[in-house]
Amino acid sequence: MDFSLVVAIELLREVAGLILIATGLAVIFGMMRVINIAHGEFMMLGGYTVVLTTKLGVNIWVAILILAPLAVGLFGIIVERLIIRHLYGRIIDSLLATWGLSLFLIGFVTVVFGNTVEGVSTPFSGLAIGQYTVAIYTLFLIFAAMAFIASVYLTLRYTKAGLIARATMQNPDMVECLGVNSKIVYMATFGIGAAFAGLAGGLLAPISGVVPGMGALLIGKAFITVVTGGAAVVAGTLSAAGILGTISQAVTFASGPVFGDATLLFVALILLRLLPQGITGRIFTRSV
Amino acid sequence: MTRNISRRSILKGTAALAGAAGTLPMLPFAAQAADEIIVGGLHDLSGFIDFAGIPMNQIMLMAIEEINASGGLLGKKVKGVVYDPQTNMSLYSQYATQLALKDKAAVVMGGITSASRETIRPILHRYKTLYFYNTLYEGGVCDRNEISLGTTPAQTVEKLVPYTMGLWGKKVYTIAADYNYGQITAAWVKRYVEQNGGEVVSTDFFPLDVTNFGPTISKIQSAKPDMVMSALVGSGHLGFYNQWAAAGMKNEIPIASTTFGAGGAEIEIIQPEVANGIISCYGYYPTVDTPENKAWVQAVKKRYPEKTPLLTELSAFTWEGMMIWADAVRTAGSLDRVKIIEAMETGKTYTMPSGKVSIDPLTHHAIRDVYIADLQDKQFIIKKKFSQVQPADTQLVCNLKKNPDANKHYEISLE
Repeated sequence: MDFSLVVAIELLREVAGLILIATGLAVIFGMMRVINIAHGEFMMLGGYTVVLTTKLGVNIWVAILILAPLAVGLFGIIVERLIIRHLYGRIIDSLLATWGLSLFLIGFVTVVFGNTVEGVSTPFSGLAIGQYTVAIYTLFLIFAAMAFIASVYLTLRYTKAGLIARATMQNPDMVECLGVNSKIVYMATFGIGAAFAGLAGGLLAPISGVVPGMGALLIGKAFITVVTGGAAVVAGTLSAAGILGTISQAVTFASGPVFGDATLLFVALILLRLLPQGITGRIFTRSV
Repeated sequence: MTRNISRRSILKGTAALAGAAGTLPMLPFAAQAADEIIVGGLHDLSGFIDFAGIPMNQIMLMAIEEINASGGLLGKKVKGVVYDPQTNMSLYSQYATQLALKDKAAVVMGGITSASRETIRPILHRYKTLYFYNTLYEGGVCDRNEISLGTTPAQTVEKLVPYTMGLWGKKVYTIAADYNYGQITAAWVKRYVEQNGGEVVSTDFFPLDVTNFGPTISKIQSAKPDMVMSALVGSGHLGFYNQWAAAGMKNEIPIASTTFGAGGAEIEIIQPEVANGIISCYGYYPTVDTPENKAWVQAVKKRYPEKTPLLTELSAFTWEGMMIWADAVRTAGSLDRVKIIEAMETGKTYTMPSGKVSIDPLTHHAIRDVYIADLQDKQFIIKKKFSQVQPADTQLVCNLKKNPDANKHYEISLE
């Protein structure tokens, strides 16, 4: 009984982890068709923001929940103005440009802050479940992932900004005719996607080591989740993270992490063979 | 017909010319004509393991300065030629070739990962350029051209397992990186645990990009071992220690590690409240309590008052490598590679910062003192010292007396 509860929490935690690392990418890719290879490094910048500001005495929650998304979001807006806006509609070019950006960020952070910065330790302690303990921070991450999804959904669905954003993605010319400056919409969307990446990096900083190369460890799974999910930001991320996270984590419990990772890739392979446009390309096609 | 004959003779002529050109750069007088002795340094000065490579390079340059300050070698100055292979294997092979053929280095120090060592070792073997590998690794290199000063599992794991089992109990849970270092180390852990009457309840391997250890932590909780033995590697795996502490396991089940603190970066990235109490076993700690080590640590601080290099096995043994090589050159009285190797093979004992060191003539690995230490607030508190430990793993597979032309890295199988 205790064990099944622990397994359930860990399954949710893996799903939550995929949602956290994929949401920012899904917002940018799903709504703007820009493949942001530097997404992992955006998360790394979020992690560094947390580590460096807490060292200066900033409260860890302020650092994670406010400073990390703010800093990376602003950085994302600068990147959009300088690089991305010249490359809309040119998928391969934007891919190469953001790859260059990713290499630059790794090198820049290594030179400025070094490969080794003092980490932060995890807030909260353990929660006993029978003979097991799980980190309360794990539960917090699951909660954060739900908040990610809820905020994107509510914004897109029920606010004017969300309506404009969805309309711009469908038909930018018509939106321009109606008096909306689509450039600002793109800029804001990219900034919000970057802010999600920064927040995810900040949230993960206390449970992983913060190093310049940490983005490379996260980017692969983020991409697989987004591609498997398909075009719809909320339904796609949620369904892909749900399927991939549950299956891979269940296999990890049964036969170890090597098989867990392999299964994640295998399931994604089969899903993409059956649903080349992603899950939301065929199912839930009317969702956001 | 005539055309055929002439073409054949041209071919022959070209082949002969090419053959002659190929031997030219290897004539011995070429290396000795210069009035400086070149020491090549190949350490990762950028890339993900620069935290290890930069201190090794600093210490190598310091050792060269010390050798020159005491009059150089054979009446000549020693000069360091340093390249940055950037954690990139094709650059490693390019620079190793360059050091051997263009710079005509008398000796090359370097290589950090086993991958980089196995890239440059065969190159330096082929071009007959003496090579020092100063990093702890999984054991098994058999090559008369290489001196391996780092510790191997038989030197450290063999001591760490019974010591920690004595402290904590006989049920051990092993977690290890999923590549040859982790696999081989886990096999040694199992062997030594069983030899000491204990039991390895489970061994989990993790690809280097795994960052979430939740399922493993639950499995460890349900297996209830007396201790966890960690051979995790790399920045992704550092998450384990944070997640372990976050789950409240820090004071429940103790951790021993064959890797934590080896490169020095872990004790910076992971906070003391998480890392305190991890027990490790290496061939060097900055806290080794001998006059030689205290003087050496002072000398390093004096030479590098800013950006003081991390003092670990890696950097300390790089200094030892330079000093052992310099001593062998003086003994041999020449730069002849074979004479230098023979000087080191006599089994002479060197007094070094890490303790007494000699080169095992059968394996060219170091016979050295190893230490067990408890990490407390970023300081390694030495608990026990073992004198003159043999590289018993490599000795199983390698005998350079019988087989002096060996040029191989054996994967030592314990199955």
